[in-house]
Amino acid sequence: MLKTSPFHPRTAPLVRAQTWRRWSGYQMASAYDPHPDREYAAIRNAAALIDVSPLYKYRITGPDAARLLDRMVTRDVTRCRVGQVFYTPWCDAAGKVIDDGTISRLDEGTFRLTSAESSLRWLRMNAVGMHVAIEDVSESTGAVSLQGPLARLVLQQVSPADFGALKYFRLVQTTLREIPVTISRTGYTGDLGYEIWVDAPRAVDLWDALIEAGKPFGIAPAGVWALDIARIEAGLVMLDVDYHSAHRAMIEEQKSSPYEINLGWTVSADKGPFNGRRALAAERARGPAWAFVGLEVEWDSLERLFTAHHLPPHLSSIAWRTSAPIFRGGLQVGYASSGCWSPLLKKSLALAHLRAPHFVAGTWVTIEITVEHQRLQADAIVRKLPFFDPERKRA
Amino acid sequence: MKRYDTIVIGGGHNGLIAAAYLARGGRKTLVLERRPVLGGAAVTEEVFPGFKYSVFSYVVSLLRPEIIRDLELPRHGLQILPLESTVTPLENGDYLAAWADPDETRRELCRHSPHDADAAVLFGRLMHHMAMAVKPILGMVPPDPASLAPSDLRSLLRLGGHFRSLGATRFHALHKLMTMSSADYLDEWFDFDPLKATKSASGIIGTFLGPRSPGSAYVLLHHYMGEIDGAFRAWGFQKGGTGAISDSIANAARSFGADVRTGVGVERVLVRDGRATGVALSTGEEIAASVVVSGLDPRRTFMQLVEPKELPGGLVEGVGRYKFRGSSGKVNLALDGLPSFTCMPGEGPHLRGAVSISPSLEYLERAYDDAKYGEFSRQPYMDIVIPSMIDPGMAPPGKHVMSIFVQYAPYHLNGGWTDSKREAFGDTVVKTLARHAPNIESLILHRQVLTPADIERITGLSEGNIFQGELALHQLFFMRPVPRWAKYRTPIRGYWQCGAGTHPGGGIMGGSGRLAALEILKEGGR
Repeated sequence: MLKTSPFHPRTAPLVRAQTWRRWSGYQMASAYDPHPDREYAAIRNAAALIDVSPLYKYRITGPDAARLLDRMVTRDVTRCRVGQVFYTPWCDAAGKVIDDGTISRLDEGTFRLTSAESSLRWLRMNAVGMHVAIEDVSESTGAVSLQGPLARLVLQQVSPADFGALKYFRLVQTTLREIPVTISRTGYTGDLGYEIWVDAPRAVDLWDALIEAGKPFGIAPAGVWALDIARIEAGLVMLDVDYHSAHRAMIEEQKSSPYEINLGWTVSADKGPFNGRRALAAERARGPAWAFVGLEVEWDSLERLFTAHHLPPHLSSIAWRTSAPIFRGGLQVGYASSGCWSPLLKKSLALAHLRAPHFVAGTWVTIEITVEHQRLQADAIVRKLPFFDPERKRA
Repeated sequence: MKRYDTIVIGGGHNGLIAAAYLARGGRKTLVLERRPVLGGAAVTEEVFPGFKYSVFSYVVSLLRPEIIRDLELPRHGLQILPLESTVTPLENGDYLAAWADPDETRRELCRHSPHDADAAVLFGRLMHHMAMAVKPILGMVPPDPASLAPSDLRSLLRLGGHFRSLGATRFHALHKLMTMSSADYLDEWFDFDPLKATKSASGIIGTFLGPRSPGSAYVLLHHYMGEIDGAFRAWGFQKGGTGAISDSIANAARSFGADVRTGVGVERVLVRDGRATGVALSTGEEIAASVVVSGLDPRRTFMQLVEPKELPGGLVEGVGRYKFRGSSGKVNLALDGLPSFTCMPGEGPHLRGAVSISPSLEYLERAYDDAKYGEFSRQPYMDIVIPSMIDPGMAPPGKHVMSIFVQYAPYHLNGGWTDSKREAFGDTVVKTLARHAPNIESLILHRQVLTPADIERITGLSEGNIFQGELALHQLFFMRPVPRWAKYRTPIRGYWQCGAGTHPGGGIMGGSGRLAALEILKEGGR
């Protein structure tokens, strides 16, 4: 049996088409409706409530907590103030990314780390000789993401915290209808949004409070399909889809450095020793061989491929996660690892890994598309990520 | 006198595979099997009416994929059914399970040790790479490192290049695997003792080693091999028992034109002027052939089928030193119903998989201690499966067959094996099982107990060693069975060896039979 999230009693009856999926050993909803269109629309237009409890969560406490995390990740954790949240990847000694997640500084000596895969052993290995306690709170903590332009309004109905003052990537420890919660202004949609962390036994109460308060604001529970489209528009990388953990990759070619997955900005050039520092400094000096970029598929070329078969272009409401070769001048210069039709931007988007020098924004390439069992190529242009970056995200 | 191009002595799976390849290569081939059933140690027999036992070998994973393809075995009856889980009952009444689904397995491991759950992923990847590193060796005729022959040098160079290409880290890991004990090796990765015990169990199967004996880590790898590249990338049951694998190979051999005779024992190989000319049967009949291939173990191949005086002294000494010392026994049960395990009461998916009685490393090592001093283990390691759970044809409806692989049962038992010792051994096995599944005794309709002495008597495997000689590092690859004679040839021209006592040996793998046949075909001549 798969595990169920603390919100499962509320989410399960909503999954109308039994569209379940696996996520880190949990049974989670791909969508509640048979199609994710309405759920996606809630993310960009109102407020969507997304259960993200399968994230691994660790509570790290003690005088060396900051030192442990600083040594492990690429960002300078010593600069993370109480109440602040850092998004960061972490690497092995060769500078290849193991996982990515957020670090929340709850108080001077207490941090919460989230990750996509289990990180307990890696944390412990890095903590040797340090005064630090590592607690896996993955199962005892529920996490729900409230995303969308009206998310703040919803929270203001049920929590006394000053959300006007809560800046992007900051957190507040507060209550929500008397339920003790941590609310961070973070998310995986590139929109205005919050993630709410709660003790698992209170998860159902939290869900009920948010749904009730959100009703006038069009709140809608949303599943992973809707989230996936939003995160592609936001240009956010996904483990096991866009890159593979250095701990799980079977061969070197499957590993990526932060520079190669658009996370070069997270690598501190001047912090103290950390995993992969030397390798990353060398890579910075010589320039990365790959870049992770956006691709916009040119509509006319796409349409032509379908028109030849007397068909309209096929636009799925679900993102794709298969690898698609990218060519330039007849040579393969990379591959797209995920993509979708953006209902908001009205464009066919892809996230792609391209070799130097083909990753410069504005470069024209072609992407392989299968139309009626034939492998064809459509034109696409390289774009800087993110595709979508609304002001309200930070405002 | 009848005449064949090739006669294969012994209708075990390697003999049958060799025969199939030889017939496929155009040789007029005859297989002679002493017993009325084909398969050697891979036989299915209805020992008790209505109940089919895979009498000896009971699961498969290592069968080389190229053999399955070349001989089109699925067309001839090969059908592997999944063996998906392993459950280890623990001393405290709990259990440790490994399920087919990685998420479920991870969650189960987390229950005992979150650290080990993380480590298992990395360990699995390392073992995958180690198996990949060793895999090419399984498919090659061992070169002689002491030889200067161009073919040996070429082969050695290729091998050297292969190991260089592993890179330093993996080469060092491989070195550890080759030299360490499985307990020490697993200690580098895991905390939870029952996990280490259960994993280390595959490092002791069929060898006279304990989990703390150096060299046992390699046997661990030998069993991992099946997981990357064996029959179906995991352990499984053949439909109809392991005998049906032998039958499928025999069918393939016949389809290529081979003759297969059962109930025909070979007395000796006919040799004239240092050259094999045929075989003499126990009935006195003689059959001529220009090539004779022995699928029997090295002792029988060199000391029984031919006159050792015709062989070079070094070879005879080498075979004399070759270690068999069977260490395992087998108990087959016909059951009136299903056992109920205290740790997982009632029916459930766990009964479709293996139950491993390996609660701790100390348990296994103490089981070995008994054997070291000439006794069977008072509390043995046991690998238990119930094939009828997934293959209903093995037992009447509602009834079941249980196969229990037991270690240690030393061939050289103090005072020797007797009928009463055999029954005492059987009682020990049932009693040990009853500690975990108390209802077992009331379910037993029939019990077949096989000691190493029985295995030797029935199958002919010397000292009851299930691998035709231990899979220990000192008798593997170019050392198997004897240095200089590891390329399937013998000093007698036209006389060849193809059993598991040659490289790569052991398990229902078939590599020995295939490589031997390919060497014979390469040699040309009839």
